[in-house]
This record gives sequence, structure tokens and C-alpha cells, in this order.
Amino acid sequence: MRDPYIIQAVLVIAAVTAALRFIPFIVFKNDKKTPRIVEKLGRILPYAVMGMLVVYCLKEVKVTEFDSIMPTILGCLITGGTYIWKRNTLISIACGTIGYMLLVQLVF
Amino acid sequence: MKKTFRQAFIHTLPVLAGYLFLGFGFGIILEANGFGIGLAFFMSLLIYAGAGQYAAVGLLSGGASLLTIGLTTFMINCRHLFYGISLLGKYKGAGIRKAYMIFGLTDETYALTSRDDRLIPREGRYDYYFLVTLLDHIYWIAGCVLGATVGTLVEFNSEGIDFVLTALFITIFLEQWLTSKKHAPAIIGIVATAACLVVFGSEKFLIPAMIVIAVALCLYKEDQSNA
Repeated sequence: MRDPYIIQAVLVIAAVTAALRFIPFIVFKNDKKTPRIVEKLGRILPYAVMGMLVVYCLKEVKVTEFDSIMPTILGCLITGGTYIWKRNTLISIACGTIGYMLLVQLVF
Repeated sequence: MKKTFRQAFIHTLPVLAGYLFLGFGFGIILEANGFGIGLAFFMSLLIYAGAGQYAAVGLLSGGASLLTIGLTTFMINCRHLFYGISLLGKYKGAGIRKAYMIFGLTDETYALTSRDDRLIPREGRYDYYFLVTLLDHIYWIAGCVLGATVGTLVEFNSEGIDFVLTALFITIFLEQWLTSKKHAPAIIGIVATAACLVVFGSEKFLIPAMIVIAVALCLYKEDQSNA
């Protein structure tokens, strides 16, 4: 650690991240009174959040630039295709990532 | 406990690969920006958030103010509020392990512990959640430190390595899609986020997207029979 600024910054990031993870558990601590709507959200949110995260990961893709969109589409197709074929998360992540890296480094 | 550990280990193998990849990329980038292995270790130990740490490298090397750093982290990691809400019931009764389980609630750990309970061993499921959290954390630290170490030793073309995170979310999304009969929440997640991305731009879309998703899901009427 080179200087106090780095240490302070790391602590700020750590504190904000931890706070976001702890807040729901603190706010709804009284477990008998978890509102129905919050329970419902808890049940169906995982499906929506994963969709949100996929879009979040693709946010920097420039739709109008061929060199940006092609490797992304192909990478997603490799990942999704191998998953539907093999149903193996590890294989799909490896194929998709290595395929994408080869595409952006060598092809596009 | 031994059986639970084995199950947790097997289930976290994809995360092991993903975190070694992703942590490695982080370590490389951190090192390339002039920071050392020590910082890679402490950031992965104390922050333990992939996207947050990636963003932090740019902020730290640019000398951003602590307020900017705090706000940016808030924006990026806001989604973790959702994770807690959906695990309130599951993590209830985990005892002293709970604090660490909440601290270590990353996207990937959440994806594993929030899965359908049929995939999780019934007895000792708190041990299972705890071990998944701990193993994932160890993988992440190992990946980050390894990346920073290798970064000091060799030239490595890591362009495109960040796709590992996209690939991970795509497979989890597909797993959920293929094991669920109701697809409306998943579609809401994608459409709302994509719409907000177009409207608000890539810097500011995440918070509006979360609000739209929360409102849409509150209004969504689920069929109790197979939700």
C-alpha cells in the first residue's frame, strides 16, 4: 500500500459494498413481519436480476460497430449454444470466453 | 459435513474457473496500472466484488475523490440489495455464519445459494451455503493474487477476458429459464434493463432499471401453483 488515499479508497469501496449486502437483512430483521410483497419479490427477483445482469455485461457493446457487435453475438451464441447442448456451466463459460478472446484478438 | 463439503466443492467448480479467470484479469489490470500484489490481496479479501473492483482500478489510478468512489461503487453494487431481499427466508436461522454469508454475497454465490432448494442437500444446508460462500471467496482471492503475480512476470494479452462474467450470467440465466415454467420475470428483467440502457445511457441506466424491475414485479400477478 503506497499511501493513505489507496487505503481509504479501498475501505470506502468495501464499506459501501458490505452495506448494500447487509441492508435488506437489517431492514427486514423482524422475520415475522416480512411483508407479502417482499416475499413475492424474493421469489421472482432472481429470474429478473439475471436478465438484468446479462444486459449489464453487454452495456459497452456498440450496436452500430460491426467489430464490436460481432464477437459479442458469437461469444453469446457459443456460450448459450454449448449450454443448451451440454448443460454444463463450466464448459460453456470456458468455450464462450476463450472463443470471445480469440475473436477480439485475432479476427475482429 | 464431509458430504456437504464435497457437494459445495463440486457445485462451486464453475465459480472456481470463473473466478480464477476473472480474478486473474483483475490482477493483470491492477498490476498494469502500477499497483502491487498486496493491493490485489486486500481488495479481494475486503471488497470481494468483481465489477466493483474492476471499476475501482480506474478510479484509483485516476485519483478520483472518495465521494466519487463511494457513489460509483453504490451504483455498480446496488443490485446486491435485491440478493438480500430474495435470501431473507433462506438465510434465516444460519446463526453466526450468517454475517459472513451476507458479507460474501457475490453474484455467483447468490446464483448458487438462491437456486431451487431441490438442488441443495436438505440436511446441513446452512453448512452448504456457508461453504459455498467461503470457497468462492478463496477462489476469488487466489485468482486476483495470481493475476497480479503473473502480471509482474510476463506479458499477457488479456483482451476480452472480461467476457467470462457475461458467459457466467448467460449460463445461469439459461439454467433458470430451462428449469422454470414462468418466463415473465426473466423477460421483464431483460426488456426493462435494455430499455433503460437505451433511454439513460450506459453510465446511468442501472438504478432506473432496478426501479422499473421492482415496480413491474410488484404489479406482476404470479400463479401460486407453479411460480
